[in-house]
Amino acid sequence: MAINTLETGTQNLGQSPTTIKSRSNYGRNPDGSRQGPVGKWVSRLVMLVVLILFSLPLYWMLISALKSPEELAQFPPTLFPNELRWQNFVDAVTVMPFWTFFRNTAIITISVVVFSVVSNFIVAFGFACIEWPGRNKVFFVVLATLFLPFPVTLIPMFDMWAGLGFVNTWVPLIAPALFAGGFFTFLLRQFMLQTPKDMMDAARVDGASEWAIAWRIVFPTARPAVTVIAIFAAVGTWNDFMGPLIYLQDESKQTLSIGMQVFRSVNSQDIQFNLLMAASFLVLLPLVILFFMFQRYFISGITLGGFK
Amino acid sequence: MSASEAIATDTPRAGSSGTGPVADRTARSGPSARNGTGGKPAKRKLTGREKRNLRVGLLFISPWIIGVAVFVIYPLIYSFVISLTQYSGMQSPTFIGFKNYIAAFADPMVHTSVGNTVYYMLLAVPIGLIIALLLALAMNRNVREVAIYRTLLYLPSLIPMFAMSFIFIVFVNPQFGIVNQFLGLFGMPDTNLLGEPRYAKIVMIVMAQLGAGNAALIYLAGLRNIPETLYEAARIDGASRMRQFFSITVPLLTPTILFNLITGVSGAMMVFTEAFIMTNGGPDNSTLFYMLYLYRNAFSYGQLGFASALAVLLFLFGMLLAGLIYWLSRRFVNYDVSAG
Repeated sequence: MAINTLETGTQNLGQSPTTIKSRSNYGRNPDGSRQGPVGKWVSRLVMLVVLILFSLPLYWMLISALKSPEELAQFPPTLFPNELRWQNFVDAVTVMPFWTFFRNTAIITISVVVFSVVSNFIVAFGFACIEWPGRNKVFFVVLATLFLPFPVTLIPMFDMWAGLGFVNTWVPLIAPALFAGGFFTFLLRQFMLQTPKDMMDAARVDGASEWAIAWRIVFPTARPAVTVIAIFAAVGTWNDFMGPLIYLQDESKQTLSIGMQVFRSVNSQDIQFNLLMAASFLVLLPLVILFFMFQRYFISGITLGGFK
Repeated sequence: MSASEAIATDTPRAGSSGTGPVADRTARSGPSARNGTGGKPAKRKLTGREKRNLRVGLLFISPWIIGVAVFVIYPLIYSFVISLTQYSGMQSPTFIGFKNYIAAFADPMVHTSVGNTVYYMLLAVPIGLIIALLLALAMNRNVREVAIYRTLLYLPSLIPMFAMSFIFIVFVNPQFGIVNQFLGLFGMPDTNLLGEPRYAKIVMIVMAQLGAGNAALIYLAGLRNIPETLYEAARIDGASRMRQFFSITVPLLTPTILFNLITGVSGAMMVFTEAFIMTNGGPDNSTLFYMLYLYRNAFSYGQLGFASALAVLLFLFGMLLAGLIYWLSRRFVNYDVSAG
């Protein structure tokens, strides 16, 4: 049941939330009632307060990143830096091996994205485009794994990778992406179920292998869904904290998420908060760029998960 | 050659299921061609084409089969087995029966961490559900600047938890932050919020609300699925906006609320990163969450057996909660109307 109802959601994939035109006119509320000019401005004022509350931590990070140590020490803190100290960004990347962390994170992220896309696409093709007896029953196992809390696998996985001698390497972080599963397979399958059967059948009659059908016919049409899982894999890996924390010990192999933790404990006596904020900003800059580049995929991907 | 044979024999049957015969490399070898010429399916036996599809299908999903065996089934069994042993990760485990479980139930730190996690869950999840819904309503407004609302309200959800934790360390710091200044306006004395057992969890609960954008977008999709005609009918009947919200919007949003509830609860169950970075469980163990205690047992204290018992208990608790939520959902969740 859950599998089928989700198909309605996938049709909106790739549609931007900002371009979704409402069914009613401007000046009407979503429930259709009209709002007077006064009420409109009152609600705008309320929205402004909410927006400020939601943006304030980010704003604070940004201005703290640009303050000089002297200004940071001022009390009460200034709401806008007297002088913008861009030098902080240079210092932030030199006070710790920022670019090593950055490069490591980028390599792990890109590997996971590529492997996730390939493996999940192949598996989703097996679930969506080949009709084999029992596939829906097996697919329920995929759904069931979505509900498995990761802590229960944490220790066995660590023990396994330790036994294989892969602790303190990137293997435990990257290798699982080779074996598709969970949400990504689910999402891709839902999308691929909509691929027109005629084209695949025509190719089969022409003697094309399933492998060729998968990559030449289905993959191009599944691009929006593939983009969504690529973005999710990228964000998830970039933001991963627990994995690198457990598996990576050498500083030369660490990622940004735990690298910054090291930066903090080294300077535990006097944390240079302005540099910490500058580094934080640099960490989320790629995410923000990715978001604005692929905004519509972000949103369609997230909303897709919400269909019962 | 055998491939063309398969096509010839399969073609008449192909119409029923809509999938044509396949002549790929795997089909050309092995028993499928033999069975393909074998004619009628006897009793419940698979047809040749079904058999070949089964083989090709399983081949395609084989990465997942390996993955599920190695990363799901094996760890589940292993977790349970290791939870019955004393195991430090160094020497081989020794079987001690259910002693780890008995110890877990008696451990005051387990009680503290469960209490903290439940406290966090009971506040963060309902507040999060309501805030996300309010954000979704804002994102769904028919005003020209709605795109700005959506972007700005969603943007904080993008920030990784570890970075958000760093930001909040500065944000709530009495010296460098602004939160204390703001609270001072309401007469609250200057306090290091993260250093006070009373407030540290509250800071984390408030911080979690900045990530409400994800749930809000899911609500937004749910809101857009509610047929407009219902609101029109309600307006004709003279229902107030409040009444419309509670009689139409909320009931029809229950499937979405359920989804957000489940993700919220499972996230709250595993809250870890912020406590690890911001307070490391302190002050006075007030932010020692269950996952943090599990992590410490496994990777700091070398108590892998005990930590596995904690993991299994978390797993069982999660299953129990899922069952409870499912039971509740059958009573309260409305699947009747959807705009399709």
